[in-house]
Amino acid sequence: MIAAGRIVRLAERDRAEVHFSLDGQMRSALAGDTVLTAMLASVQALRRSEFGDESRAGFCLMGACQDCWVWQEEGPRIRACSTPVAEGMRLLTTSGIWP
Amino acid sequence: MKDTSRPEIVIVGGGPAGIRAAATLVEAGLHPVVIDEGSAAGGQIYRRPPAWFARTPEQLYGSEAAKARALHALFDGLVRERRLTHYARSSVIAVHDGRLHVLGDEGVQPISYDRLILATGASDRVAPVPGWQNAGVYSLGAAQIALKAQGVALGHRIVLMGSGPLLTLVGAQLVEAGADVAAVLDTSPWRQQMRGFRELATRPVVALRGLTLRARLGRRYHSGVTPVRIEADGSGVTAVCWRDANGCEHRTPCDMVGMGWHLRAETHLADLAGCAFGYDEQWRQWLPKTDAMGRAGNGVYLAGDGMRLLGADGAEVAGRLAAAACLSDLGYPVPNSGADLRARERFERFARGLATAFPWPAAMVRALPDDTIVCRCENVTAAAVCEGAESGGSEANRVKSLSRAGMGRCQGRYCQLAAVELVAARAGCPTAAVGRFRGQAPVRPAPVGAFLREE
Repeated sequence: MIAAGRIVRLAERDRAEVHFSLDGQMRSALAGDTVLTAMLASVQALRRSEFGDESRAGFCLMGACQDCWVWQEEGPRIRACSTPVAEGMRLLTTSGIWP
Repeated sequence: MKDTSRPEIVIVGGGPAGIRAAATLVEAGLHPVVIDEGSAAGGQIYRRPPAWFARTPEQLYGSEAAKARALHALFDGLVRERRLTHYARSSVIAVHDGRLHVLGDEGVQPISYDRLILATGASDRVAPVPGWQNAGVYSLGAAQIALKAQGVALGHRIVLMGSGPLLTLVGAQLVEAGADVAAVLDTSPWRQQMRGFRELATRPVVALRGLTLRARLGRRYHSGVTPVRIEADGSGVTAVCWRDANGCEHRTPCDMVGMGWHLRAETHLADLAGCAFGYDEQWRQWLPKTDAMGRAGNGVYLAGDGMRLLGADGAEVAGRLAAAACLSDLGYPVPNSGADLRARERFERFARGLATAFPWPAAMVRALPDDTIVCRCENVTAAAVCEGAESGGSEANRVKSLSRAGMGRCQGRYCQLAAVELVAARAGCPTAAVGRFRGQAPVRPAPVGAFLREE
């Protein structure tokens, strides 16, 4: 899978793969990645802004800014920077409902 | 079976301040509760990656590896020996009447306390730059967390901007880790940095280390910079436009910007717990008031960057002092705090040097174009903030109500300082006169479902 993502892995590359779906497409990440790292390894942004036409990719990475909430196909939204990626997660960059 | 006649002491925060406070209480024979948002203790500065990651403390924390190791081992030992109760991945979202409301994996639960030690740390102090709302813009702290806790850089070509020790430190860490750092843009002019020199020399090793790291950045580093604009396309950041100290315009292509002007104390819980606040001219923010040991009154004690921005070493000292104050107030024998109080003085002097050398970019904020986004949560512009002040008066909460700056999910953590600066500029009054946003619970977003499981 070619990663056209934002992040660059500088270290810790020797880890087990974790597979998840992003907007219906199978992606892989590494065990120990947060959802933010996992998603941004494949794509440039986590979601679109609700109040503007730019996209968002998180800001503080420490659970303070609340910019990195993402939708799942089923279940609650999750804060990407503080949630470890898990096998089988089905994540979305848009909710289809809002915005 | 816990001894119910002993006072219930709860510590919020598992960074250097919280860890030292906990250890001091344990040494006195108490069994504190420590509530921390991280999976493992260490705070942000000594944040640990998942256990199976390969890098050593030296690779993660550089010159501070021994301190990190010591704190981690200390806390883990206390947990293993059941000398304290540790709630990991738990956020205190409200405090009222001697009770904390704690959001964890299982929902919200109440935890009562007789004494409360708040060691909630700090986050980056940021200022808006036109275009900062785009994907690919992060705080300096975020860039450091990404490297430490995930082993990644947040972009292929990075520009760092702001001022303060973190700017140089993160730049050097990223370069050493193999990231492409195109430029490190310091808004503080060299002459301004020299003005802090005498007080920075209070900690000569630290100051020298900073200069050494700065030297490693080589020609990437520029001082006296005026950020102009962050350019972006549909995918996110594409370049930073800036003016150098001579006034020449530059455009540096990049896909990631890390920004920060030192730190902003995390004070929401201190606010909800009823602490008095005062405007600190040095740090250009409202800080909770305590005595020299960290007593805030009403059974509440503060320690670490959430009280005063003294850094990680200062936080360890402050944690011990707060715990000592708490023990003293409960009538327990107290360790001698003389050395810690003297150390705290030294950290205060050094912090003054940092504040002088690397100031908040007030002029830059005051000159922001009207259409600059100030509140990133809801894309509230500088113009909207100023309109709010014009209609409602130059008071922080009126401006918040009318413009919505500070109403978004981050609760003003990342926009309050700039919003207040703009209002003060328009009104021609001191920043302190504008006041601060009133704290509201919950201090973290919590789903309704989490509350339904409470008791």
